[in-house]
Amino acid sequence: MEFVLLIFFPVLAAIFVPILFRKLKSIHTGWFVLIIPITLFIYYTGFIQTTMNGGHAISSLEWIPSLDISFVSYIDGLSLLFSLLITGIGALVVLYSIFYLDKTREKLNNFYVYLLMFMTAMLGIVQSDNIITLYLFWELTSISSFLLIGYWYTRDGSRFGALKSMLITVFGGLMMLGGFVLLGIMGDTYSIRELIANASNLVGQEFFILALVLVLLGAFTKSAQFPFYIWLPDAMEAPTPVSAYLHSATMVKAGLYLVARFTPVFAVSEVWIWLVTGIGLLTLFWGAFFAVKQTDLKAILAFSTVSQLGLIMSLLGASAISYHVDAGTALFKFAGFAAVFHLINHAVFKGSLFMVAGIVDHETGTRDIRKLGGLMGVMPISFTVAFIGSMSMAGLPPFGGFLSKELFLTSTLALKDFNLFNFSTWGIIFPIVAWIASVFTFIYSFYFVFKTFAGKRKKESLSVEPKEAPVGMLIAPVILAVLVVVIFFIPNVVGDTLVNPAVVAMQAGLYSHPSEVLVHVSAWHGWTPELLMTLGIIGLGSILFLTMRKWQPLYNLQPELLSLNGLYDSLMMAGEKGMNRLSRLYMTGVFRTYLIYMFVSIVVITLATLFIKDAFKVDFNSFAPLNAYGILTAVLLILSVVMILTAKTRITAVIALGGVGYSVAFFFVIYKAPDLALTQLVIETITVVLFLLAFHRLPELKRHGESKGFRLGNFIVAAGVGITMALVALSAHSQKLIPSISQFYKDTVYSEAGGGNIVNVILVDYRGFDTLFEIAVLSIAGIGVYSMIRLKLPGKGSTDESK
Amino acid sequence: MKVNDVVLQTAAKVVFFIILLFSIFIFFAGHYTPGGGFVGGLLATGAIALLLLAYDLRTVQQLLPFNFMIVVAIGLLLSIGMASGSIIFNVPFFTHAFDDFYLPLFGATSLHTAMIFDAGVYLVVIGAAMTIIQAIGGDS
Repeated sequence: MEFVLLIFFPVLAAIFVPILFRKLKSIHTGWFVLIIPITLFIYYTGFIQTTMNGGHAISSLEWIPSLDISFVSYIDGLSLLFSLLITGIGALVVLYSIFYLDKTREKLNNFYVYLLMFMTAMLGIVQSDNIITLYLFWELTSISSFLLIGYWYTRDGSRFGALKSMLITVFGGLMMLGGFVLLGIMGDTYSIRELIANASNLVGQEFFILALVLVLLGAFTKSAQFPFYIWLPDAMEAPTPVSAYLHSATMVKAGLYLVARFTPVFAVSEVWIWLVTGIGLLTLFWGAFFAVKQTDLKAILAFSTVSQLGLIMSLLGASAISYHVDAGTALFKFAGFAAVFHLINHAVFKGSLFMVAGIVDHETGTRDIRKLGGLMGVMPISFTVAFIGSMSMAGLPPFGGFLSKELFLTSTLALKDFNLFNFSTWGIIFPIVAWIASVFTFIYSFYFVFKTFAGKRKKESLSVEPKEAPVGMLIAPVILAVLVVVIFFIPNVVGDTLVNPAVVAMQAGLYSHPSEVLVHVSAWHGWTPELLMTLGIIGLGSILFLTMRKWQPLYNLQPELLSLNGLYDSLMMAGEKGMNRLSRLYMTGVFRTYLIYMFVSIVVITLATLFIKDAFKVDFNSFAPLNAYGILTAVLLILSVVMILTAKTRITAVIALGGVGYSVAFFFVIYKAPDLALTQLVIETITVVLFLLAFHRLPELKRHGESKGFRLGNFIVAAGVGITMALVALSAHSQKLIPSISQFYKDTVYSEAGGGNIVNVILVDYRGFDTLFEIAVLSIAGIGVYSMIRLKLPGKGSTDESK
Repeated sequence: MKVNDVVLQTAAKVVFFIILLFSIFIFFAGHYTPGGGFVGGLLATGAIALLLLAYDLRTVQQLLPFNFMIVVAIGLLLSIGMASGSIIFNVPFFTHAFDDFYLPLFGATSLHTAMIFDAGVYLVVIGAAMTIIQAIGGDS
């Protein structure tokens, strides 16, 4: 089977969602949707055997062969891991959403259509081998994320968050497209596999570093790295299933996927290693540090997601180092393994935490941690899930997060011993920052679970009496929580089936078979430095957590204006206000002004070009001879023009204008252009009719208090346009820079196009595209005029659509 | 003030059909001699505009009781449909086909898919021009 088509399965299935929603009101639409991710998940598990043996599967669908663009589904360890995450977590999230979103009150048809669209886009990203289609799917995730964040579009916060995420991620996406195009030009291919194969030829090229930075911008904006992370906390306005799915488990990991996928291409570069590792570590610290400040449950999770993404990012950066050291001595193979392993762990525990946050919100009516407390007794299952998830996040045994946290510390310790690219001097910073960030991770994990579930109940602050969530809602988080524990006990099974194949895909060329990765994970590995670091984290973290009330207010010292959010807000405000002011400068609302802009620009640009290029030439020899008809018509034309200028009433002016048009038509007749003459005559007639129809609406013809200067200005503009057109016409006629195409038309009009009248055949055949677009424009103009005149809005309301 | 325009109205009744017929003639003439969908459409618009001047908007709307915006849509569909129809025959977008046929009544006739495209242009021109004229001329 061509499994590339499966990428489109969710979005095609989405067509039926609105129908099911309308026709089968008694059944929650989610149940039908649930079938899709489950089917896909089962199908994709069939590939595990292939990737475990170091193989891959490929399937392609031509799209635009002439531009070398096609849909190629390339499944190797990395793609498969992501595909399984997307469909697996997707299934759990859909299951959870069935109980989270009420089928009578919510617009489920919208919700599931967006969600399925996202599923297609995400599968497209991780399976595409063609970077152009990868980009297409990439932007599609931004759009579906925008729609999902703005799902409750009547709320201000949702719209604000949706716009913010869209602006930032689409900006990154466009940068990435630039990088892709550069890569495509340098490598002469759009295929990722071929780029990787040619990686050694790319390195020295002029735009290599630029392409690298552009691709990283795409990855960093999507994966919410510093300083672009600011969209992620605002994206929490989305319904919680969406936050769990897009904004922690899958979409934000697209950036990580991209970095992992392009590691073999860019790893040789020092810039890549420094940027990915450095920004990752900075984000890790920044996110963890500010997570403690938050008071909204989902905001804590958002910042923690930012931080964890940074952690994985820095590991990916460190794993690139393995291209610079001997494979035998490399400690850095841990980094790649740890990155993928933690990615799985994070998806699992963060998914469960988000679901618990959603449950708390759903059952108590608030997510404000200051109003919560003591829920342990009423919500025992939710508490257990939250506890397991948080402890895994904090990196404690016996949960999956402990193992990947240890591997992470091992990798950062290895960084200080790396002696290329100045790492020997600066490398020591990495373990220190990692350690501090881990302390904060520990604090916010405890903060999240214990401030919500432990302590005293604050009855008066809750509007409803809290109770445990319905069973259906608990299934998904419980499954995830069980996985968290299971992973701790069978890390090497997970490693062999999922992680090692992904590592092989990520570090193409270093290994030929997944079994060569040779990372053995064990819960107990002796009194190593990383274990001591973990003990330190627990010690300091506990002290700080217990004294949190004393130092948490310190966060308020930071003025809002100086934060990155403040920067974004003021940029947006400045953009809006500045543009408004700018457009007010020249948009006077008077047609006359706009016409003057256009005419003056035409004159200046055309005349300047004519003289700079020295294009002005007149060749009197090629002119047709004058005859009496011509002279007569010219006199008529001039008389009509004079009449317009001196007319006292508008009707005289209109009729004289018709005279101008008819005289021009006569010229066409005299110089043997019957088609033009015919058209011109009819057009003139209809124009005059239109004027007559509109006549009674027009104001009295006044001389608008015209001063001498005003009339002089108009005269100069008018004369300028006239002279310019005359000069252009003369020059165009007098010199032919390229041979005329007329002969081609004459030769082919009958044989190729089966016609006799060249003018008409040009319209319908040679340049049929032009005509097609012209009639489209004509239709739009017709509808435009109609709507401007007929559909007057009642009253003069506010023009600001955002209010 | 009631204007007596019997002459105009009587003449318009006859001339309207003459112009309309001429516009159809011009439309068919297009491929070999001057004319075509654009001019044809404009002429037909001119014919209707003549009725408008001789009578008034309401009379014309009763005579031609359809929405001209739909005429625009039909025209556009016809043109785009013709242009994309070639894809079905596995030739590039906008490829025309033509041949000579023997039709009863007409005799030897050359038929060309460009005519379908041009018919679309004809309809769009009438539709758009009439939409604009009705919008501007109509009383709000």
